[in-house]
Amino acid sequence: MEYFYTLISETYKILFLLLPLLTAVAMIVWLDRRVWAFVQKRKGPNVVGPFGLFQSLADALKYIFKEIIIPASSNKIVFILAPITTMTLALISWAVIPFSEDFVLANINVGILYLFAISSLGVYGIIMGGWASNSKYPFLGAIRSAAQMVSYEVSIGVIIINVLLCVGSLNLTDIVLAQDKIWFVIPLFPMFVIFFISALAETNRPPFDLPEAEAELVAGYQTEYSGMMYAMFWLGEYANILLMCAMGTILFLGGWLSPINIYPFDIVPPALWFIIKILLLFILFALVKAIVPRYRYDQLMKLGWKIFLPFSLIWVVLTAGFLLYFDLLPKV
Amino acid sequence: MMAHAFFFYFFSFIAVVSAIMVTVSKNTVHSVFFLILDFISISSLFIMIGAEFLGMIMLIVYVGAVAVLFLFVVMMLNVAKQKNTWFKSSTNSAHIPIGLLVSIIIFFEVIIVIGGWKYKPELSNKIVISDVTNTHSIGNVLYTDYIHLFQLSGMVLLVAMIGAIVLTFRKREGLKRQSYFKQLSRERNEGVSLINVKSHQGVKIDD
Repeated sequence: MEYFYTLISETYKILFLLLPLLTAVAMIVWLDRRVWAFVQKRKGPNVVGPFGLFQSLADALKYIFKEIIIPASSNKIVFILAPITTMTLALISWAVIPFSEDFVLANINVGILYLFAISSLGVYGIIMGGWASNSKYPFLGAIRSAAQMVSYEVSIGVIIINVLLCVGSLNLTDIVLAQDKIWFVIPLFPMFVIFFISALAETNRPPFDLPEAEAELVAGYQTEYSGMMYAMFWLGEYANILLMCAMGTILFLGGWLSPINIYPFDIVPPALWFIIKILLLFILFALVKAIVPRYRYDQLMKLGWKIFLPFSLIWVVLTAGFLLYFDLLPKV
Repeated sequence: MMAHAFFFYFFSFIAVVSAIMVTVSKNTVHSVFFLILDFISISSLFIMIGAEFLGMIMLIVYVGAVAVLFLFVVMMLNVAKQKNTWFKSSTNSAHIPIGLLVSIIIFFEVIIVIGGWKYKPELSNKIVISDVTNTHSIGNVLYTDYIHLFQLSGMVLLVAMIGAIVLTFRKREGLKRQSYFKQLSRERNEGVSLINVKSHQGVKIDD
């Protein structure tokens, strides 16, 4: 009976997290398109609902009623599994994200490692989709994407080490609480910049959207997908972008902490601060998409391996040396 | 406790079945996918016994990095065609007895190791539950008592990495590479030159 009760309460918590998250993903797509349009002096989606807010809903309905086409020569099981993998991996990482000090689904010891592991699994959905389609463009897109994601993960890992040196714990709540005095974006500003650019590459966002570069590869690994399966890739991608924004907020922008602890700011609920910070980061993502041209593939690889990785490694040594010299290393 | 047992058997069942499927499945790419499933269920087992750090590292290193490269290679090689002919043709099957011999030897070795396995009594009594997390206790041992071995294994990996790069690196002739330094340090007088073109003769631009 006790198990049963736990099961129901946990399911309730998961639904309470997932349903708003999926709605947020739909809204964020609308926001992305609006920001993109405003930069180019267009209006963007503004017809369906107030300010076009229900545009994503209309799109989702369209995808649901479209036919799912499975290519005859594709590897059917893997072909169907690929979007499911992408979507699942994008959603399960939200289990450890702390919205405030006591508002977290699973407060585990190795939270940041869990996030890192799940985001490194994200590449499988793309490889599976590209390979199972049994077609040239998807395969090329999948290979590009896999190489890109593996390369930039390395520098994200090193950046996380930088933050962990200052915190002394892998727990996400501890990481946020360690920024009580000063957000890590100030002492580790270069790392924040590199994290932001690596997050763009990790989520295949422009200017690093080579896996789905329309001019070269049609739509990359999603070329053969249609209907709801395409929508799942798409939702998973945006959930991943939101996750990267949340990770940046937790690691550098002080999570749910308010910027100043004076009257009008400290009555705002912490979870709201967290969401505001995520949205600000996301608007930055959307702006970059609008204003930066696409990278060339060899430049992308050069940037990842020859510039970001050495630079962040040197920064690890500098941070460790600084903390050791001034005796600021966190006590266990 | 019942839920714990249920999940233990669930993950171990998946681990064993996918390990068998790695060797049985006909498509090599499917084998790699089963291998990944195996890694994931084993890391879940690690997490279940309370070794959450090891489980996560297993996921990051094996599934996130090693298996991706593995999958890459297998997808590119198109081994699926080769495999079908291995068992059919008589000429190419010379390696099967050798493989069988090696696997039998490994099997008996594993049996010997598992059969003779015992915890040292002083070790098994020493396990204490404390507030220190897994990660901290591993770090405390790894960077103090075993620092030399740790550094040594790092050096071995470095040498392996450099070796792999040296083995596969080949210098290709006639390749135009972009050099930012050259591009940015170009001046007007070396980039542009004024040529008096004679009529009906033209000028040679590129040499």
